[in-house]
Amino acid sequence: MVRTFMEGSKAVAEVIKLCRPNVIAAYPITPQTHISEELAQMVANGELKAEYVTVESEFAAASVVLGASATGARTYTATSSQGLLLMTEVLFSISGMRLPVVMTCANRAVSSPINIWNDQQDSISVRDAGWIQLYAEDIQEASDLQIQAFRIAEHPEVILPVMACMDGFILTHAYEPVDLIEQEEADAFLPPYQPQYYLTPKNPITFGAMLGPESYMESRCQLDRALRGSAKIIEEVAQEFKKRFGRFQGALIDTYFIEDAEIVLVAMGSVISTIKEAIDLLRAEGTKVGLLKVRCFRPFPREAINRALVGAKEVLVLDRAFSPSSGGVLTTEVRAAFQGMERAPEIKGHIVGLGGREMNIETILNIVKDRRAVGREDRFVDLKEALLS
Amino acid sequence: MEKHLFLAGHTACYGCGEALGARLVVDAAGPNIITTDATGCLEVFSSRWPQSAWAVPFIHSLFENSAAVASGIEVALRAMGRQEEAKVIAQGGDGGTADIGLQCLSGMLERGHDVLYVCYDNEAYMNTGVQRSGLTPYDSDTRTSPFGRASWGNRYRKKDMPAIAAAHGAPYIATASVAYPKDLQAKVKKALNIVGPKYLQVHVPCPLGWKSDPALTIKVAKLAVETGLYPIFEMENGVVTKVRKISSPKPVTEYLKLQGRFAHLFKKSGGEEEIKKIQQIADENIRKYGLLSETAAAKVSAEKE
Amino acid sequence: MKVILGGLAQPATSLANNTGTWRNFRPVYLQKACIDCKMCTIVCPEGCVYRVSEKKFTFNANYCKGCGMCAEECPVDDIEMIMEEK
Ligand SMILES: Cc1ncc(C[n+]2csc(CCOP(=O)(O)OP(=O)(O)O)c2C)c(N)n1
Ligand code: SF4
Ligand code: SF4
Ligand code: SF4
Ligand SMILES: [Mg+2]
Repeated sequence: MVRTFMEGSKAVAEVIKLCRPNVIAAYPITPQTHISEELAQMVANGELKAEYVTVESEFAAASVVLGASATGARTYTATSSQGLLLMTEVLFSISGMRLPVVMTCANRAVSSPINIWNDQQDSISVRDAGWIQLYAEDIQEASDLQIQAFRIAEHPEVILPVMACMDGFILTHAYEPVDLIEQEEADAFLPPYQPQYYLTPKNPITFGAMLGPESYMESRCQLDRALRGSAKIIEEVAQEFKKRFGRFQGALIDTYFIEDAEIVLVAMGSVISTIKEAIDLLRAEGTKVGLLKVRCFRPFPREAINRALVGAKEVLVLDRAFSPSSGGVLTTEVRAAFQGMERAPEIKGHIVGLGGREMNIETILNIVKDRRAVGREDRFVDLKEALLS
Repeated sequence: MEKHLFLAGHTACYGCGEALGARLVVDAAGPNIITTDATGCLEVFSSRWPQSAWAVPFIHSLFENSAAVASGIEVALRAMGRQEEAKVIAQGGDGGTADIGLQCLSGMLERGHDVLYVCYDNEAYMNTGVQRSGLTPYDSDTRTSPFGRASWGNRYRKKDMPAIAAAHGAPYIATASVAYPKDLQAKVKKALNIVGPKYLQVHVPCPLGWKSDPALTIKVAKLAVETGLYPIFEMENGVVTKVRKISSPKPVTEYLKLQGRFAHLFKKSGGEEEIKKIQQIADENIRKYGLLSETAAAKVSAEKE
Repeated sequence: MKVILGGLAQPATSLANNTGTWRNFRPVYLQKACIDCKMCTIVCPEGCVYRVSEKKFTFNANYCKGCGMCAEECPVDDIEMIMEEK
């Protein structure tokens, strides 16, 4: 294990290199670009023996890794925002054909208006694409997620694509000391990919057939079951990672001071670090506040969330993406997790930090202190009235 | 039955040129290939779960990404040291190739992937019920370029796909037709022995969309060539190296009158003028590609004098 | 039949689908003037025509859709199309 001070994108690229992907295809988009540039340089230097395909679009990037994965290769791509949405059609095709592609999504707001800064509208908008979605809280976790992602994706009981999400700029462009594992350790944790079915004249199978009304639903149901079933494997892989490398930042969820908490904040991504700092201050003042970090958004960890929140009086969900007219997406799903339960906390939604709008400790403290009953209507936090009317 | 790599039991219409084209292509290529296909008639009639007409490895993903999926397969084989295992053939209809899939095809050609791309050109979006594409010929009556009081049908000429492929520097580009199966199969074999990106465009009549007699699929395809409307040629490293000569070009009316998609040209007054324009297209092709055989050329110049 | 990995299909399984039931016309291979040119086997979109022996070709009725292409292309008119009896 070596601790190095480096940029988040570089840390991710270093771990991808350790994973020995056969085929990489990616297209530049801020704030993902540094990851694919680092990988291109590694291939150019001969440090990474992979085919690096300089595609003409993200749509092609996803299609190239689809074809390569179906041929039995370990494949990787990375993107953000518009790039992810341009891939949308292929995302469904990849999961529908059950291909264990791994992608890093450097989360960014979605146009229009164009905005290159961070929120999570991109990956949340493709939540129904059938991919596993994991969200990192800091650079260390973002890099650790990559190798875990391959292990999960290629697990014989899973065989699904994984999107490892990290907040754009905040994690991709920041510098932090990162512990990197060694190649032998990586190889021991992630053995070569051995697909059961792949494109080869030795067994000339047909991929991507048309399934009609008599069978399409069963195929979709299998996807649903596989995605639900992957929860167990995500936990196992996080535990094994902890055993081998001593690091654990949650599996499906993680918690902070939640045991006796009356108020629980729920969030995903880099805002978790800020929330932890705010909690330290609030606890010092005697406020019983805790945190539930949703690390895995797909499969949605309904039971884990129920269990973690059952003792809370108030749940304050922070959303970095929303469904216009419906509300924050994480809020909606957390609320749905308590549907029909006898004991449910009061759940309040807060839409924060869209398009890179600053969120600091103050923001979190204010949300906790100013817990207006917002009912079903989720609240946009820190709006500038002057710009609205 | 004969041994084929694309099998019976597929659900193409009676006399489908595309089904014939696909069978001729994979039979010529042999078993050591991996094929992709775009969404379209071929994919639908050949791979309805749990059945598949393909005896070779086959993958269909989407309408517009056949070339990119094939690019991924090719690099994967290379990355895993399996390049001796199979050659890669990407397939698509004219819509999946020249319109919505053009960008992925451009990327594949530009990056120099060792893939043979085969476009089955039935000159419209057939799978969705006969709408025009960039390869639909001038004046053709389709559901989105219908003949009507204010329209003669498709207003545009066929996109010059071979020239577009050539502009990418592809080492081998060819056109072919199901009317000449041996030529088509020889081109597939030749292409597969050339390293790099190859583009092959095969004219495949669609009796349903062209409103032609299914029994006449080969006849119609032949007339497209014999009139000069569908030039058959090979381009190697940017230069036309071979053309299928025409001994005596037939008037385009012989081709047009066999197909309901052009029937309006013979019914409405003013149609003769339109037919003249189509004849001009054929004449231009004949000049541009030097389609006349020597005897035919001599005859033409004698007539002029 | 179980759906595997979203819907893999086994190769060459379309043979289970008897498209012969679509037929309105049926070819009759007269086997009189045949010159062994194989044109019928080449042009059949179903790939269901085969050579029985020298100058004798026939079709597989399980798959022949009766399109008439073989009859049209036979250079010696040794194939006839007749109405299918149903
Ligand atoms: C993105 C997208 N747009 C539209 C369609 C609908 N669609 C499916 S096949 C097709 C036309 C296919 O035409 P072509 O490529 O010429 O193939 P053909 O069916 O004629 O062989 C269309 C429009 C689709 N599947 N995907
Ligand atoms: S519509 Fe045309 S291309 Fe499609 S199956 Fe029928 S004949 Fe073939
Ligand atoms: S009629 Fe058509 S389908 Fe039947 S054998 Fe002849 S060519 Fe084949
Ligand atoms: S096309 Fe006619 S002549 Fe040729 S092999 Fe067939 S039956 Fe014989
Ligand atoms: Mg078409």
